[in-house]
Amino acid sequence: MDKLLISPSPHIHSGDSIERNMYGVLIALIPAFICSVLFFGIGAIIVTLTSVVACLFFEYVIQKFILKRQPTIWDGSALITGVLLAFNVPSNLPVWIIIIGALVAIGIGKMSFGGLGCNIFNPALVGRVFLLISFPVQMTTWPLAEGFHSSYVDAATGATPLSLLKAAVKSGESVNTYLMDEGFVGYGNMLLGNMGGSLGEVAAFALLIGFAYMLIRKIITWHIPVTIFLTVFIFGGILNVCDPEQFVNPLFHLLSGGLMLGAIFMATDYVTSPMSHKGMIIYGVGIGILTVLIRQFGAYPEGMSFAILIMNAFTPLINRYCKPKRFA
Amino acid sequence: MSTLVITIISLCAIGIVSAVILYFVAQKFKVEEDPRIDIVEGLLPGANCGGCGYPGCRGLAEAAVKSDTLDGILCPVGGAATMSKIAEALGREVSVQAPKIAVVRCNGTCDNRPRTNRYDGAQSCAIMHTLYIGETGCAFGCLGCGDCVNACQFDAIHMDENGLPVVDEEKCVACGACVKACPRGIIELRNKGPKNRRVFVSCVSKDKGAVARKACKAACIGCGKCAKECQFGAITVENNLAYIDFNKCRLCRKCVSACPTGAIHEVNFPPRKVEPEKAPSTPVEEEKKNEQL
Amino acid sequence: MLKTFKIGGVHPPENKLSAGEKIQVLPVPEQVVILLNQHIGAPATPIVKKGDTVKTGQLIATAGGFVSANIHSSVSGTVVAVDSVPDAAGLSKPAITIKTEGDEWMPEINREGEAAWDTLSKEDIVKAIAAAGIVGMGGATFPTQVKLTPPPGNKAEFLIVNGVECEPYLTSDHRVMLEKGEQIIVGVQMLMKAIGVSKAVIGIENNKKDAIAHLQQLASTQTGIEVCPLQVKYPQGGEKQLIQATTGRAVPSGALPIAVGAIVQNIGTVLAVYEAVAKHKPLIERIVTITGKSVKHPGNYLCRIGTPVSKLIEAAGGMPEDTVKVIGGGPMMGRAMVNVDSPITKGTSGILLINEKEGARRPMRSCIRCGKCVSACPMGLEPYLLARLAMANLLERLEEERVMDCIECGSCSFTCPSARPLLDYIRLGKGRTGAMIRNRKK
Repeated sequence: MDKLLISPSPHIHSGDSIERNMYGVLIALIPAFICSVLFFGIGAIIVTLTSVVACLFFEYVIQKFILKRQPTIWDGSALITGVLLAFNVPSNLPVWIIIIGALVAIGIGKMSFGGLGCNIFNPALVGRVFLLISFPVQMTTWPLAEGFHSSYVDAATGATPLSLLKAAVKSGESVNTYLMDEGFVGYGNMLLGNMGGSLGEVAAFALLIGFAYMLIRKIITWHIPVTIFLTVFIFGGILNVCDPEQFVNPLFHLLSGGLMLGAIFMATDYVTSPMSHKGMIIYGVGIGILTVLIRQFGAYPEGMSFAILIMNAFTPLINRYCKPKRFA
Repeated sequence: MSTLVITIISLCAIGIVSAVILYFVAQKFKVEEDPRIDIVEGLLPGANCGGCGYPGCRGLAEAAVKSDTLDGILCPVGGAATMSKIAEALGREVSVQAPKIAVVRCNGTCDNRPRTNRYDGAQSCAIMHTLYIGETGCAFGCLGCGDCVNACQFDAIHMDENGLPVVDEEKCVACGACVKACPRGIIELRNKGPKNRRVFVSCVSKDKGAVARKACKAACIGCGKCAKECQFGAITVENNLAYIDFNKCRLCRKCVSACPTGAIHEVNFPPRKVEPEKAPSTPVEEEKKNEQL
Repeated sequence: MLKTFKIGGVHPPENKLSAGEKIQVLPVPEQVVILLNQHIGAPATPIVKKGDTVKTGQLIATAGGFVSANIHSSVSGTVVAVDSVPDAAGLSKPAITIKTEGDEWMPEINREGEAAWDTLSKEDIVKAIAAAGIVGMGGATFPTQVKLTPPPGNKAEFLIVNGVECEPYLTSDHRVMLEKGEQIIVGVQMLMKAIGVSKAVIGIENNKKDAIAHLQQLASTQTGIEVCPLQVKYPQGGEKQLIQATTGRAVPSGALPIAVGAIVQNIGTVLAVYEAVAKHKPLIERIVTITGKSVKHPGNYLCRIGTPVSKLIEAAGGMPEDTVKVIGGGPMMGRAMVNVDSPITKGTSGILLINEKEGARRPMRSCIRCGKCVSACPMGLEPYLLARLAMANLLERLEEERVMDCIECGSCSFTCPSARPLLDYIRLGKGRTGAMIRNRKK
């Protein structure tokens, strides 16, 4: 009785927590994971497990021994980084490369800024881009989606739709005829994920299920992913209308590569995306335009990771100048 | 090869053009400043603590150059030494001020002041102070969230195990940041005193005696015994609270023994001898004793 | 789609445990403590002294300034002290303590009948309200007569009656609307006359369907009174939010509701106005909800002002074992109490006993910049930023970021996944920024 609690208002809380949001994202990633196991076999499991364990390990070690604070590895953020890093690499990537990627993602991408909430760039993408630049061969040798099998590093490999596109652009031929000649899988298969690519990015429909789940649980808002989809579609569409020989159908952009995975799970990362709805829309438009530009004109076949990282760098600026709609 | 040459030439050109622009801009927007400001700023410690009341060391330097007498300008960090250097540089007199130190005036340890509730809000004395009385029955005492600790730039104040802030006498420079940070005005800058010896009332409760006593065993209850005991008129009792004027106090410590609640503290004195009853020494003797020490 | 305000807002669990409980009369206590600053503004000046005999409804302290309110004795008996007592926050506040002897009311109070008020002029009504010491009874306790006399140059267009009761748990306004609907309608007409408008809107959230139906039926026979059902969303009871929800007009930053022609009054205030004008009864009692998940008999009680909160808790079956927090008001904006013997005031809309499960705050974690506070803020501010600026004491930046617009509704702290005490810091920053602005004006 004489030990009443006193605090300023409000006296109740919604019950929302970091864990609820982080584990919600993980649940939303499950359909995509199941698909990748079905397409890429045992390699998907090995890569994901390695990445998750390595991320948790590095997070624990850095928090405990370098930053000397209470480790918070079970808040789910390192788990997500691990899963997303794995989803962004080919399923036949050697274990040691993944561990290096995890170290860069957690160590440089996150902890060097001070841990959860302080990082500027999406940690998983920092790891992924580091690997892409350091190990270009391993990172762009894509296994084929052959149904469940137990071969890991020695899985059969082939081209992804995006690498075909890049080859087509370079060859100077008509994009559509080139794609057809080189065994393009078709849009239906792209939606299902039946194509080569990084292990988590292929199954567009599974990622969309995750998106719907996160929207229902109110973990994210629709603004960033939908803006990215629309921008890519409209911008790609305009290019396509201008010159269908050189620029591919916008649907191809939407369904290929890491666009779905990036737009739904990585561009929406809380820490590195803007806070206001207006800011989120600007951020989404920026990512969409940069992605199409890199895919069509850049040296790399895939532009999503770079586009997100570039817009991450603009996030503080967007937050500074993009104020939410004030009351009156 | 030509690529290289063109690159070098264009970069040089850009550099030269920018340099010219910058030069003219700098000329155009040049601010005339008294060069002595820089000199004075160089003499200051450069901590930018704001303890002098000016915005940073440069603020004090500007004020010092403008002012004719240096009256009321004091760098609490550098103290008299720095001020005399500045006076010398500016060719002026400086009034010497006694060195000061921050003193925490609250006795509300866990033993003395029982808790009546638990605070569960943001850890800030300022927030707690605007919200309610605090975790104890005393509306004047320390709140214990450590706003003073956060305000101190010299790492000179820390919370002890009793939940009260303690000033590190070695490190305290009397900048007054903690005095401003404390929402209850518990901390005061007092004269350091000869050999760092000080006597002060360690309580700021203006509650009536009974109320203050109920909230805290070691509260000043405003009984006035200390004021009667004091032969130098250094102690005043106002609003149920005694206050010792450090300019008048001769450090005789009689008030300390007179206080029924132990609210008056003495610091840095040698332990008292258990003296047999004898006639109290006269003020003159007391002063002599102090001088000898 | 029902009307509501446009941006932000949250939906805390409603927990209206006492919604079905009829208003009961709490017995007159043996002693009342009547605080002299039950309103915003200057404390009232006592006009009785120790030993005086007073009757129920007798004026015992007069308004201490323009923004202040009269205070009346809520019991009949003897004044035993005019001094300071600890209030709910434990701080000493001036008060008059009266020992109850019988219950003899002032003769001019018309307890049974209803005096004719049609003949009264606009000024008469405002005078009667001022004399009765009526203040905003939703919790803000702003003196009503001041609100009814808008500054020159402003013209009121309509009266908005706040029957939203968006705070979880609280049900006192709900019960008043159900049980005293007729008086409310008359009270609304009095207020319309007092401010000279022909239109009034009663905003009620849709979780009180019975009250909406009841008042709609009563209002249908009157001209100019409209009952507006609103979507359930917190903080709809905020003045600016309610005006936007009912009329679509947005009060500009820093302006009063009168700038868009609106005057907002709480349901409880309307009832008090009715009693003051038709019955000459000053504000000496009010309806208070006593509730909480562990409370044995949550209910709504008609209490005399000055009754100790502990008496009300007793009436509801005593303080449950697992109570960790006693709150005066609702869980979102109410104030935690240190002293449960402190008296009920004019602004006490409810007493909420929070149990262990809901009580303690979770430890604060680092901000993950999820932006949920930004989405929740009904004023379109950025709470994460304001809190950070307040911690760093950057008052100019706070002013730029419009901290003074904050209505302290608590939606940001409520929604924060990291359980950061955003509002605690923002309130501190707002107070300091306000002081800075006032100093500048001097």
